[in-house]
Amino acid sequence: MNEFVFFINNVVISGLTIGSIYALGAVGITLIFSILRFAHFAHADLMTLGAFFAFFLTAMFPAVGPALGLPTAFVMLPLAMALTALAAVYIDKGFYKPLRRHGVKPIVIVMASLGVTLMLQGLIRMFMGTSSRNMYIDDRKGIHRIELPFDLANRPIVLTDPQIIIIVLLVIIVIALHLFLTRTRLGKAMRAMSDNPDLARVSGINTDTVVKVTWIIAGSLAAIAGTMLSLDVSLKPDLSFHLLLPIFAAAIVGGVGHPYGALAGGFVIGFAETLSVFNWAVLLRPWRDFLWFDLPPTLAFVPTEYKITVPFFILLAILVWRPTGLFKGKVL
Amino acid sequence: MLMKLPMKETLMMVALAVAVLILMQVMGTAYGVRVLVEASCYAIIALGLTIQWGYAGLFNAGIMGFVAIGGFSAMLLTFPVNQRFWDSELSGELGIAFLKLIAAIALVFAVMQLHRIKVPRSIRLPIILIVMATLYLWVVNGFAPVTQGIVSEFGFIGGLGLPVWAGWLVGGILAGTVAYFIGHICLGLRSDYLAIATLGVAEIIKAFLKNSDWLTRGTLTVSPLPWPVPGASEVGFVMARALYLSVTAVLIAIIFYLLHRAYNGPWGRMMRAIRDNELSSSAMGKDVNQRRLEVFVLGCILMGIGGAALATFNGIFDPNGYLPLNHTFLIWVMVILGGPGNNLGTIFGAVFVYVIWVMSEPVALFILNAISYLGDMWFAWEAPSDFSSRALQARVFSIGLIITLVLRYAPKGLFPEKVQHHH
Amino acid sequence: MALFEATNVHGGYGGMNILNGVDMSLEADEIGVIVGPNGAGKSTMLKAIFGLLHVNEGEIRLRGESITNADPVALVKHKMAFVPQEKNIFPTLTVEENLEMGAFIRKDDFQHMLDKVYSFFPPLADKRHQPAGELSGGQRQMVAMGRALMIEPSLILLDEPTAGLSPLYMSEIFERIITINKAGVGVLMVEQHAKQALKIAHKGFVLVAGQNRFTDTGENLINNPEVAKAFLGG
Repeated sequence: MNEFVFFINNVVISGLTIGSIYALGAVGITLIFSILRFAHFAHADLMTLGAFFAFFLTAMFPAVGPALGLPTAFVMLPLAMALTALAAVYIDKGFYKPLRRHGVKPIVIVMASLGVTLMLQGLIRMFMGTSSRNMYIDDRKGIHRIELPFDLANRPIVLTDPQIIIIVLLVIIVIALHLFLTRTRLGKAMRAMSDNPDLARVSGINTDTVVKVTWIIAGSLAAIAGTMLSLDVSLKPDLSFHLLLPIFAAAIVGGVGHPYGALAGGFVIGFAETLSVFNWAVLLRPWRDFLWFDLPPTLAFVPTEYKITVPFFILLAILVWRPTGLFKGKVL
Repeated sequence: MLMKLPMKETLMMVALAVAVLILMQVMGTAYGVRVLVEASCYAIIALGLTIQWGYAGLFNAGIMGFVAIGGFSAMLLTFPVNQRFWDSELSGELGIAFLKLIAAIALVFAVMQLHRIKVPRSIRLPIILIVMATLYLWVVNGFAPVTQGIVSEFGFIGGLGLPVWAGWLVGGILAGTVAYFIGHICLGLRSDYLAIATLGVAEIIKAFLKNSDWLTRGTLTVSPLPWPVPGASEVGFVMARALYLSVTAVLIAIIFYLLHRAYNGPWGRMMRAIRDNELSSSAMGKDVNQRRLEVFVLGCILMGIGGAALATFNGIFDPNGYLPLNHTFLIWVMVILGGPGNNLGTIFGAVFVYVIWVMSEPVALFILNAISYLGDMWFAWEAPSDFSSRALQARVFSIGLIITLVLRYAPKGLFPEKVQHHH
Repeated sequence: MALFEATNVHGGYGGMNILNGVDMSLEADEIGVIVGPNGAGKSTMLKAIFGLLHVNEGEIRLRGESITNADPVALVKHKMAFVPQEKNIFPTLTVEENLEMGAFIRKDDFQHMLDKVYSFFPPLADKRHQPAGELSGGQRQMVAMGRALMIEPSLILLDEPTAGLSPLYMSEIFERIITINKAGVGVLMVEQHAKQALKIAHKGFVLVAGQNRFTDTGENLINNPEVAKAFLGG
């Protein structure tokens, strides 16, 4: 049974956590793509920026969290979201909108977004240095151990505060996003613009507002994902580097332009990663006497240093077999 | 064509020459020639990008990967043979591991043909997946003990001791092969996909080279790599580097001539037609993707050759030295600033940007030192200890800013592409 | 005062003019039909009116007010609506959401307009919660026109509303256009089916090479032997 607990801790809980993070990033990418028709490469850096804002606020008001019994960075999340959303809106205004006005090909805007990536990375590291930081300053990460009521299992299931928060938050966000897209005027206008931008303009939909709202949503979600990931692990300046490929893979697996698909894609990538680096030898060990081969100490599909290959090969596989993604999105 | 060089371009060339002369004066001739050699290697890589982006509008965000493949190939083919390894049993075992890999690939390929004997799709997919997973683990566990043995006994397998030109040529071929597979998958789709895929493949190539200690010595690096011309110990720094520069210059001249002919020929016209008017040329059908694949592979071959020349010149293969900033984004700046699709502009951009890039380091350091000195003197302000690493980040920021500014204000670069209109 | 007036309109894409001096005018409650050979600039004229391409010379007025080169959003606020020929619906949105998008600029309650659109186009009422992309060609055209009607326009521009429809649907669409017009909406449309369209037109404009060749009432144009021979297929 201990092996099973090990599996739950290392695959189920990790997969759910990282899957939620990827899902939030992928939703942003997919929304930006469906409204503005370009792959936003700087999105992972928006996530880092959001985490940086949360860290900055935590350092300013370290006592808030302990007073409320929650991680400080989480209490500061709404403010960090607002700041990131603002940054996203102004990045669009400063760097993408002029190019759109100029009527350039979308790929040129993709290139500009890589320029923005470099600027954000440079800025963040100029201010923060290159070492990783702990998001907990005056408080400590809450860790919950759930003992199982079986005699065979003497190891607990381990859950941390940020893991619980991100999974709960994701559920709330999904419901909120669904209601926004199907019940509100602006949400419907977003879908309309994704369907047919020219007709949206002709119908009198204020496309500038829709674009702004898109950046606000994408920026806020990026801030949540970045902050929660940094809370769960630590705030690394090269966070974006590890996020970029998985979130794009998630968006494409889910079908570009398809927010619900992006959610599913996030979990597909998250679980694929945790399953491939999982040491299957642990699960097989109880049956080692029945196996026809010697069980090596580690039997993982991918060594951790090659983790980045997992989203990449899923991406390639989906491009080969089903470029529209699992949920029939658009083909770029 | 040399008869009437336009005023603006002549002036810029003169400005470039002046900048190089200043560099040589300030930093010494040997250093100046070194910068020129490196710039010439970058120019080869940049020519590869200018045909991808400038001729065909293909977005390669993973230049670093192809440059690293070139460097790896230069190392593997030209480094002296590790005779101890080849005499040991491990070389045979490595051969067996490779045979297992080939057998596994053949088996997977065979399983993929199951539809020919009418196995239903619902059974086929699980069979393929299970076979692939099992074979994968089999191959990986076949390699693991051998590679560990190699690392612990010999360090790494060593090179093949072949001439330098062979290393460069194979570097181009290897880079082109990887490009073929990536391009084959992505080029039917919009350019965004190619950008994502190349970005990913570059990181994977780097991860592979960094972690395959048995093949590349990983973080321990391999040096010295043999040169195609007499080295500094024989003829002195300036002379040796000048000789190397003449080799790369000849290489550039050949590439330039071939590209010039291709660009103005029917092939180049078709490329531009595809780039400028994707919709109407797609009426030509599958041909479009074939042409784009050609141009993508060709560009990556040049990147591989340039990367090989760069690694050979530096005399060291260090997988950790490959950085997206230096080996992808810097090259972009060279191309979009020089003029995408204009070969002369690209070479100009490569040399110009590289000289600025190299000079910016001491200048920035000087300014920073002045700031911390003045700050210390006037306000008793103590500069943070990692000041210089933060200065590096300022360069990252500047490259990003330059990319966005050039795209916005000078989208055609300093040397705009000259397109002859046929009416 | 005329509802709509265009005088000496020149315009096109880039530097090239497609329209070389077009004049048009329409009273409130009138149907105007633009006909002419391919490439005469018929659709271009509609786009120029709706601010989708640049007018280099001339003036366009709505109820006496100049709207030359106005932004589409501003024109919608001026109660002018445009139905493009192709891609004129939001395919993944439901029929009702399509109509709501037509009323995007309205801050007031527009329920009565939804009811009115459903009364104009009864087939849509049953399909209001179905994605518009799943409807038949004729029904899509109804969704497109319904979307445009949501702002209660005084002038509606229709670009080939019957293109690609079967003759049965074509006459149904023409009937709807008459109904809409009787409800007090000025209609200016481009039509390939010139003869049928001119039958319901109060005014007809025959464009050739970006200029008016004939301008008259619909009836007179049909009866004009020169027009009939050259443009109405004998």
